[in-house]
Amino acid sequence: MSRRTLAVVSAGLSQPSSTRLLADQLAGATRDELVRRGAEVELRFVDLREHAHDVVNNLLTGFPPAALREALDTVTGADGLIAVTPIFNASYNGLFKSFFDVLEAESLVDRPVLIGATGGTARHSLSLEHAVRPMFTHLRAVVVPTAVFAAPEDWSGGAADGALRSRIRRAAGELAGEVERRLPSTGPADPFALTTDFLQMLGRDDAPVTPPGRTGERPAPGSARAGSPPG
Amino acid sequence: MQFGVFTVGDVTVDPTTGREPSEHERIKAMVAIAVKAEEVGLDVFATGEHHNPPFVPSSPTTMLGHIAARTERLLLSTATTLITTNDPVKIAEDYAMLQHLADGRVDLMMGRGNTGPVYPWFGKDIRAGIPLAIENYDLLHRLWREDVVDWKGRHRTPLQSFTSTPRPLDGVPPFVWHGSIRSPEIAEQAAYYGDGFFANHIFWPKEHTQRMVGLYRERYAHYGHGSADQAIVGLGGQVFMRRNSQDAVREFRPYFDNAPVYGHGPSLEEFSRETPLTVGSPQQVIDRTLGFREYVGDYQRQLFLMDHAGLPLKTVLEQLDLLGEEVVPVLRKEFAALRPAHVPEAPTHASLVAAAGGAKDSTLHAVDDVTGKAPEVAR
Repeated sequence: MSRRTLAVVSAGLSQPSSTRLLADQLAGATRDELVRRGAEVELRFVDLREHAHDVVNNLLTGFPPAALREALDTVTGADGLIAVTPIFNASYNGLFKSFFDVLEAESLVDRPVLIGATGGTARHSLSLEHAVRPMFTHLRAVVVPTAVFAAPEDWSGGAADGALRSRIRRAAGELAGEVERRLPSTGPADPFALTTDFLQMLGRDDAPVTPPGRTGERPAPGSARAGSPPG
Repeated sequence: MQFGVFTVGDVTVDPTTGREPSEHERIKAMVAIAVKAEEVGLDVFATGEHHNPPFVPSSPTTMLGHIAARTERLLLSTATTLITTNDPVKIAEDYAMLQHLADGRVDLMMGRGNTGPVYPWFGKDIRAGIPLAIENYDLLHRLWREDVVDWKGRHRTPLQSFTSTPRPLDGVPPFVWHGSIRSPEIAEQAAYYGDGFFANHIFWPKEHTQRMVGLYRERYAHYGHGSADQAIVGLGGQVFMRRNSQDAVREFRPYFDNAPVYGHGPSLEEFSRETPLTVGSPQQVIDRTLGFREYVGDYQRQLFLMDHAGLPLKTVLEQLDLLGEEVVPVLRKEFAALRPAHVPEAPTHASLVAAAGGAKDSTLHAVDDVTGKAPEVAR
């Protein structure tokens, strides 16, 4: 049985929040589907409201404070992402965008993502397609075909067998399928990992340079090139 | 262990008075800070290099040459020298000249510069930042060690039978540090050459410093220059002190709140927790600074940023008094007591000359003084 983590990002600003409610339902349905397929699932919720000041500070200073670092690592280290935003002015809200703006470059490449949104009227529903989906496409994430928008009328009446419920189930099935066919995540990428060595860096540059202080061939890494350290 | 100050050289409005110094005032203030640094017993003064307003130090060797003439003992350095946009040939010439004028009291720190628009002004492209740093430094390294250089690369015109003059003082090039906040390639570069690595260690979380220094030490040992704990490490630091810590916080807060880089963002308290910034009493600065060693190991150089964000010169000079009289003497003693014997001090001109087996005149005389025919490339 494989162990999977789903990060659930909600950019709702009010408490309680219909955005978080939609996020909960998407998360629950995806978890149920993955469990049905034999996985063990952990849900990790990131409510952006709690990180609002830190997100702005990160934009200004270039680094995340510790609590935000943890939230970012949760998102970049998960097997799948559920990202839900309220629609403001026909797009994601500023907090949602800013959070994804401070992620490390390329940290969501090939990550399965389910997008959802809430709004004051169903006329905003295509905001998911013209604003939210292109942002994740730019990040080279894999956004599942079904995006879920919840308007006020979706919350009224019998949601149990309503149209919203069936869209949630369909989207959850798509996300579970994308998660299932990938290897489990190995956690967030390490930005300080050295992915090259010096000789490669010189070689990549195609420069016919000779080694420091001598005219012979460059020594293999690990050989005592310069003898003892200066001083 | 060496202690000193490094300056960005920004012209910034004093937020408490609304007054902005002129470039002339700022340049003179930087010199006054350097002279004061020697007077209070510090070891190093390092200037930034910038080519855009609001910064003044576009010509570091002019400034350092002037300071060299006004000091006796102070080590002159940079933070940083732009290895990407400067011609490595000009760096080789300028700093060898400075080394002669300062009788060896010179080292320098290589950095890339992170301001995109500056690169094209010098015919370069920031997207090639790392390859420029690698290729240019490799050439600089040769120009100081080989009398006659034939060279061809991607980022500069080729050289044929080129001799960089003056040759380094006593035949020993200045020691070089490589500075970086978060590019592991630069830690690797410093390790490869057995040069020093400087973590700027201001404005960023200590975890960045810890990871970069850890990588540099590991690779330094890998390339056979010594054990990991013998690698040459320098750190930055940012402090503001008053005898009473509440006074320090009250006085520094408006400068903090309006500072370039981090102003209008996190609170002073948050930033002090997340980065090495220490605002308080001299004792608090001593305690915090001694703590750096716990995550980077025994290190060789500590530079403090004392003069940014519009702090007036008078205040900066008072800060240097506190640093020189109350903080550094204690740090010297404590760090020395903690450092194992096999961990070296930072290289100086004297130690490098000794390691090279003594001083030698490295002047390159023409082989034939009738024809002026130049020496040939070493075979």
